[in-house]
Amino acid sequence: MERTGHKTTRRQLLSAIGMLGGTAALYNMMTTLGHAAETQFTGPPNLSGARPGASVIVLGAGLAGMVAAYELTKAGYKVRVLEYQPRAGGRNWSLHGGDTYTELGGATQKVGFANGNYLNPGPWRIPHHHRTLLHYCKSFGVALEPFIQFNHNAYVHNTDAFGGKPQRFKALAADFEGNVAELLGKAIDLKGLDAEVTAEDRDRLKEALRNWGMLDHDMRYTKGLKSASHRGYDRPPGGGVNGAPTPSDLLPFDEVLKTGIWNNMAFFMNHEFQTTMFQPVGGMDQIGKAFAKQVQALITHNAKVTKISQDKKGVTVSYSDTGSGQISEAKADYCVCTIPLTVLSQLDNGLSPKMQAAVAAVPYSNSVKVGLEMKRRFWEEDASIYGGHSFTNQGISLISYPNNNFFKDGPAVLLGAFASGMGGYQLAGMTPEQRIEAVLEQGSVFHPESYRKEFMNGASVAWSRVPWALGCCARWTEETRKEHYQTLVSMDDRIVLAGEHASYVGCWMEGALLSSLDAISRLHKRALEA
Amino acid sequence: MRPMSQVAGLIAAALCLVAVPALADEPGPGGSKPPVPVSGEQVYTMVCQSCHMADGKGGVGAGSIPSLANNPKLKIAAYPISMVVNGRGAMPWFSDTLSAKQTAEVLTYVRTHFGNGYIKPVTEADVALIPATPRTASH
Repeated sequence: MERTGHKTTRRQLLSAIGMLGGTAALYNMMTTLGHAAETQFTGPPNLSGARPGASVIVLGAGLAGMVAAYELTKAGYKVRVLEYQPRAGGRNWSLHGGDTYTELGGATQKVGFANGNYLNPGPWRIPHHHRTLLHYCKSFGVALEPFIQFNHNAYVHNTDAFGGKPQRFKALAADFEGNVAELLGKAIDLKGLDAEVTAEDRDRLKEALRNWGMLDHDMRYTKGLKSASHRGYDRPPGGGVNGAPTPSDLLPFDEVLKTGIWNNMAFFMNHEFQTTMFQPVGGMDQIGKAFAKQVQALITHNAKVTKISQDKKGVTVSYSDTGSGQISEAKADYCVCTIPLTVLSQLDNGLSPKMQAAVAAVPYSNSVKVGLEMKRRFWEEDASIYGGHSFTNQGISLISYPNNNFFKDGPAVLLGAFASGMGGYQLAGMTPEQRIEAVLEQGSVFHPESYRKEFMNGASVAWSRVPWALGCCARWTEETRKEHYQTLVSMDDRIVLAGEHASYVGCWMEGALLSSLDAISRLHKRALEA
Repeated sequence: MRPMSQVAGLIAAALCLVAVPALADEPGPGGSKPPVPVSGEQVYTMVCQSCHMADGKGGVGAGSIPSLANNPKLKIAAYPISMVVNGRGAMPWFSDTLSAKQTAEVLTYVRTHFGNGYIKPVTEADVALIPATPRTASH
């Protein structure tokens, strides 16, 4: 082992452990040395040696179903996939110009976006630690680009603060931190923290507060170039005669507090929402398409599963063709069922009573996304906002700016709503035309001069009305996890469920993939032992 | 800057916007103040209609959303109360989002519209008889 002086470097130690014990030991050691584990993914399953003639039927051609079909085929299984839709990908989906979408209730939208513009109704951003998904994207040649998750220059709007006038995130965050730093400094000076912190640490803490909160020499958060360096300038630094910057006014702290800005700040600290995030070039559906390219020959489309049964010999699935209504049967030794629980709970599904209780215990969330095509990028040209989100406490929750084609002329699609909970139900209950009107009204608070003026057309997807999902994703609670989760992920004789609902990474593509890889690994083991 | 006590009061007032750890891919801190429906018709339009449709007839796709129109299952009020409070299958629970009053109002509305003729109003007391299953947010 090489040494640097007398000290073994951390990297050298890890590399030695890696050589001695393989990657698993290295991984465990890294975890104990304080590197938080990023993922449970340790690589594709590398299954092999299926018994000759062994077969699996996969229900659903979303990511969970397609990764199962792909890996099981590689392992030597004869695989068939049944899919309700004419399209593979499931919730991995994009609406492009020229697409037609009919929701439950019959409302049909013809998407009018210009060539190259799209709306991702479901998944739209990929955390850098979703390594399973990133692995398959790389393997299947899906080009990824940055998703601008965190933009200091976007807005935060609250109907109860600043008279309903949006403020820049950077100004609110800086003023919140500055004021909190000043208050904490005062608490220290008033000996309020003497019992908690040693004298030495009090000094360090004061220094930290001064630098973190951009406080002045007197430990006050005041208007000046220091605070302006976080919150923005009145006159930004320039060149020549008027090059010197001038500071901006601070916002009233009581109004800052009313915005609940710390919620926005905390949001970006969540593990799933930390930068770097990615999106596929050309729409999220590029991932589903790439998977489909691998397993296309195995998929029967327009197949509505009507009954699943199993006995000692195998699994039988009845399905009807959604066009002709013709009923067919498919048989296999085993079944990977990725049908959403909302639909599976309504089927004659051949599952044990305990499994059926688990399936019926988990309803789905209800988000609504609306894409608005605008004639020009006024958020870039007029407001210097390049990607990221502006948040509001109105039902739409946020508007989100496109992360591609910066500085381009011509129409662009921004996300006009990502509504959930009550705000989501309210939008979902409207007609597509009413939704557009509602999101234009609410979103106009951010860009009042341009929002309606530049609007061209829009498209919306209310997940509670998506015919093949009846919801967005599984809503587990601590209680249902405890009572039903282990049942739901167990093999129910010859059937195993897979999908984001069978994971602790719920509502993410990563959860669908991790769930499926775990399910097929257990299925394979069971099939070899049979 | 205001005195500490006033600031503390403001913080308390703003705590209705509690930061919940993000679990799913969700909108984040926005959307905390959508309009609040009051009458039964308003609750129906702003909540139930998202699935059961404006005409109450639901829909059929890979699975189906039950029709509430001319539905004999609405006769015994305890059944629809239980469905709204605790959900089942694809039907979500609303114990944490609709008050007993909103639940009573909307069920009274549904039981007297869409071809249903169960004129006895559902009361908050009726709703209170159905205990809500505990729901703690989870991964």
